[in-house]
Amino acid sequence: MKLVLNKDKMQIIREQDVVPFRNRVKEYATKIGMGIVNQTKLITAASELVRNMLKYGGGGEALIEVISQGRDNGIRLTFTDKGPGITDIPLAMKDGYTTGKSLGVGLPGARRLVNEFDIKSTPGSGTTVCIIKWKNG
Amino acid sequence: MDRIPILRMGQYLLVTIQIDLYDRLATNLESDLVQAVSKTGARGVLIDISALSIVDSFMGRILNNIGSMSKIMDAETVVVGMQPAVAITLIELGLELKGVHTALNVEKGMELLAAKINSAYEDPDEDEAGTE
Amino acid sequence: MKTDISKLLQKNHKQILEDWMTNQLADASLREDLMSNEELGEQSQELLSALLKSINDKNLNDVQSEEFENVYEILSGISMSRARQGYTPRETGMFVLSLKQAIIGTLTKMLKNDPQALVDASFKMNNLLDSLSIMTFETFIKSREEVILRQTDEISEISTPVIRVWDGIVALPIIGTLDSSRTQVVMEALLQEIVESGSTIAILDISGVPAVDSLVAQHLIKTVAATRLMGAECIISGIRPEIAQTVVHLGIDLSNIVTKASLASALRHAFGILQLEVQKKQKDKTVR
Repeated sequence: MKLVLNKDKMQIIREQDVVPFRNRVKEYATKIGMGIVNQTKLITAASELVRNMLKYGGGGEALIEVISQGRDNGIRLTFTDKGPGITDIPLAMKDGYTTGKSLGVGLPGARRLVNEFDIKSTPGSGTTVCIIKWKNG
Repeated sequence: MDRIPILRMGQYLLVTIQIDLYDRLATNLESDLVQAVSKTGARGVLIDISALSIVDSFMGRILNNIGSMSKIMDAETVVVGMQPAVAITLIELGLELKGVHTALNVEKGMELLAAKINSAYEDPDEDEAGTE
Repeated sequence: MKTDISKLLQKNHKQILEDWMTNQLADASLREDLMSNEELGEQSQELLSALLKSINDKNLNDVQSEEFENVYEILSGISMSRARQGYTPRETGMFVLSLKQAIIGTLTKMLKNDPQALVDASFKMNNLLDSLSIMTFETFIKSREEVILRQTDEISEISTPVIRVWDGIVALPIIGTLDSSRTQVVMEALLQEIVESGSTIAILDISGVPAVDSLVAQHLIKTVAATRLMGAECIISGIRPEIAQTVVHLGIDLSNIVTKASLASALRHAFGILQLEVQKKQKDKTVR
């Protein structure tokens, strides 16, 4: 069972919101004592997902949660947008696949950087991506 | 609009990124730097990213772009001072920095640039294998 | 007639404690080497007082009641310290179970004339104390697990010593199996040392790695790639013949990596890169 210890919500609508958001995530990660490498992985994954949200979903909302499960603490980030959604999730999760002119490592790369990765999308109404990074994961 | 300063030193251009970049700033850096290479005829570009706490796929692409663009304008690019955590994350992310050379710090980066430029043009016999 | 069990017990506080202590001291598994009898008495006294203070007629049926929190806390404290001191689970369990004997014994004496009330009371007390002993075991195991976790951390830390073998060259001998969490520790230690010492060459010696499968190879390749990203070169040494065989049989491509059979040849290669030369000293002083 995952307990939520702390919650924070941020609106991401402009590019300039990304850096404050990353800093906020870093603050929470530091607070629970996450090591520098895991912190960097989490923030990098968050950065990829936020960029996707801005680019394809026209911005949205990011939820930062400090969670605990048993003896483990971690950070859960949930990104929700009301964009066009993704029609073929397995394809979008493939390395090297891109609709824009990026490198196509965003989604699959982000998944490799975190412990849990969950993506849900309804074409036409939006996408929700949820990631968890455990303190010692 | 914020800009990252580009310093010229002899035949080199130096860039120190001191703040976490948002995308526009990075894109500006790319175009500014390519402009500067053309204007100054620089032979080497050194980018210090020791203050960057993360490099994501976008930033990685910008660095690669700068490297490749400079390359076709006959300038070598070296990225120096990457944090260990950043390097580990980039590997996990599956990103390679193929367009640029890397070095531990500014000093080693300058040595590497000098070696690259010398070995390519001036005296191929000179014993300058560099540290790569 | 309804008997108030809690009152009854509270009245017999002293008697119960005495019986309990007698039970404990009579037990063959008593660990006088780990704890003095006085200390044991204090612990018992503390727990019993807390228990008797907390129980009343209402919460006897409800072992989850918040009023027992204090009892749980004291008990888990005792259990945890016992786990660390090296008590066996049986010895720790006996601590609570012998209290049960003492309490039931007292109840039997007091309610001799009312069998119905006795059955009722023993049933409730049984339930309560069983739940207490389950909790004791839980905390006992939990603190043991903590010890294991801490040791795991320690092992992974001591097993990644990064050595500066020469100015500009660091080496890291890997001993034991390389899994993904271990790889992260290794990478982190290695890259950190590279930065701190300003070294341009890292040697990863895998003579102590029992087997290299495709997963381990992938971890090695990642470590080399990360080292290169930082601007240093990484040499893998200590490739035993068996390892070379499995690597080739598994079709793992290590051609992008500099591999050497021994640490010595890796060091020689590193000297070559740094343009260093190691020479035997000439005996004849004039040639020097």
